[in-house]
Amino acid sequence: MITGEHTLQKYDVELEQIRSRVLQMGGLVESQFKLAMEAFEAADTAKATAAVESDRRVNELQLELDRMVNHLIARRQPTAGDLRLVMGVAKGINDLERIGDESAKIGRACKWLSEKGSGFRMNRIPDLHQTAEIAARLLHRSLDAFARLDGQAAAAIIRDDAGIDDRFRATLRQLVTYMMEDPRSISAAIDTIWVAKAIERVGDHAKNIAEHVIFIAHGTDVRHASLEDVDRVVSQG
Amino acid sequence: MEVTLRSESTGGATAAAAAPARSKMTIRGLDFYYGKFHALKNVNLDVAEKKVTAFIGPSGCGKSTLLRVFNRMFELYPEQRAEGEVMMDGDNLIRSKQDVALIRARIGMVFQKPTPFPMTIYENIAFGVRLFESMNKAQMDERVEWALRKAALWNEVKDKLGQAGTSLSGGQQQRLCIARTIAVKPDVILFDEPCSALDPISTAKIEELIDELKQDYTVAIVTHNMQQAARVSDYTAYMYLGELVEFGDTDQIFIKPKKKETEDYITGRFG
Repeated sequence: MITGEHTLQKYDVELEQIRSRVLQMGGLVESQFKLAMEAFEAADTAKATAAVESDRRVNELQLELDRMVNHLIARRQPTAGDLRLVMGVAKGINDLERIGDESAKIGRACKWLSEKGSGFRMNRIPDLHQTAEIAARLLHRSLDAFARLDGQAAAAIIRDDAGIDDRFRATLRQLVTYMMEDPRSISAAIDTIWVAKAIERVGDHAKNIAEHVIFIAHGTDVRHASLEDVDRVVSQG
Repeated sequence: MEVTLRSESTGGATAAAAAPARSKMTIRGLDFYYGKFHALKNVNLDVAEKKVTAFIGPSGCGKSTLLRVFNRMFELYPEQRAEGEVMMDGDNLIRSKQDVALIRARIGMVFQKPTPFPMTIYENIAFGVRLFESMNKAQMDERVEWALRKAALWNEVKDKLGQAGTSLSGGQQQRLCIARTIAVKPDVILFDEPCSALDPISTAKIEELIDELKQDYTVAIVTHNMQQAARVSDYTAYMYLGELVEFGDTDQIFIKPKKKETEDYITGRFG
């Protein structure tokens, strides 16, 4: 429904360019986040540096997509499904850019921890690892839902994001235990809390993208809706 | 059921205005024929009082025909006939025994090309008023000024009321025609492509004017310019091949149309 068949074929081309550029940006932040987590878990500062540096390319893509969206609005005055796609993209690229920022944060925290030398015993907290895996999966699924404009898949992401929030709190409790047991670990534990928080935010942004997908596909803004309302919207087709 | 969700309240102002609008014209089961050609097919629609209703659709979809039925313009041609109901104030306009001139005074029309009479600016307005009301010179002066002010033209013509209406620019001529329509104090004003012969600034002035007119009048506008419909109207009707495909709040039509045909047309996937 979104692209194809415009009387003005150039309009189709422009919409398709926006769509594929979003997916490119999404793929980039996805691998940036994975790289940052690998760096953190393996205490690999070279990978951490790479994760921090790839943020620049993400930022460039954000600016480029903003320009493309402005161009499309100014020149084509999109309506209906086209308008919702453009609005959804304008919001979604900010979420992608923030995921890039969070990944860079994880990379920086990894470097601090290795400079301190002592920190790397918290980087293998099982909860943290699992939360990061779930967040990465949510991100992947949200991009997939965007590519297919699949409201049902997007609704499932919104549901699953709640699990990440619970795990974040469990991780915090573990880190607090470390700090109470050994005050010398406080500095490293705080850096690790930044990482845990960044992971949790990645899940939130994936959920935001899923909400934008529902708006594009169904025309209803579910950002502040209950899970029941979300399900009702996507089941209405 | 979705009341808490944003799509139900997109564009606060319009949505709020949409709530309790009273119907000025109620169209039920309207069919129209140009000889054997079935130009309007079972059209059902309420035109809201003191709101702007826009009619969009490709050429030949029946939108101008519908406007012409509203004020019985079609009666000028013997082979054209309408069936069904166009109810206004308890009277079916199609079958009404009322004088057609009176109906057209209550339901004024502004056309695509400005059509000032070959008279002075003053007379362009006074002419129609005299057909329905007798008044002295002072009263007529007042009415002319009132109509020109309403049409946002007074300041530009107040020093040259004796000049020919045709001496004005295209945009001014169109506003003169609007003033002429308003002068007989109609209930409804129909605009048939009022801006298609105008430049963007004149167009903006007419659109601004339409927005002001709806405080006092019910407005229906036919336009090929979809963005114009989006800018000026409270409600939008999409017509195709003589049928009313979709009718709703303008925000809803332009953000989340219910029918694929409407979506295809307003997003430019038509054809």
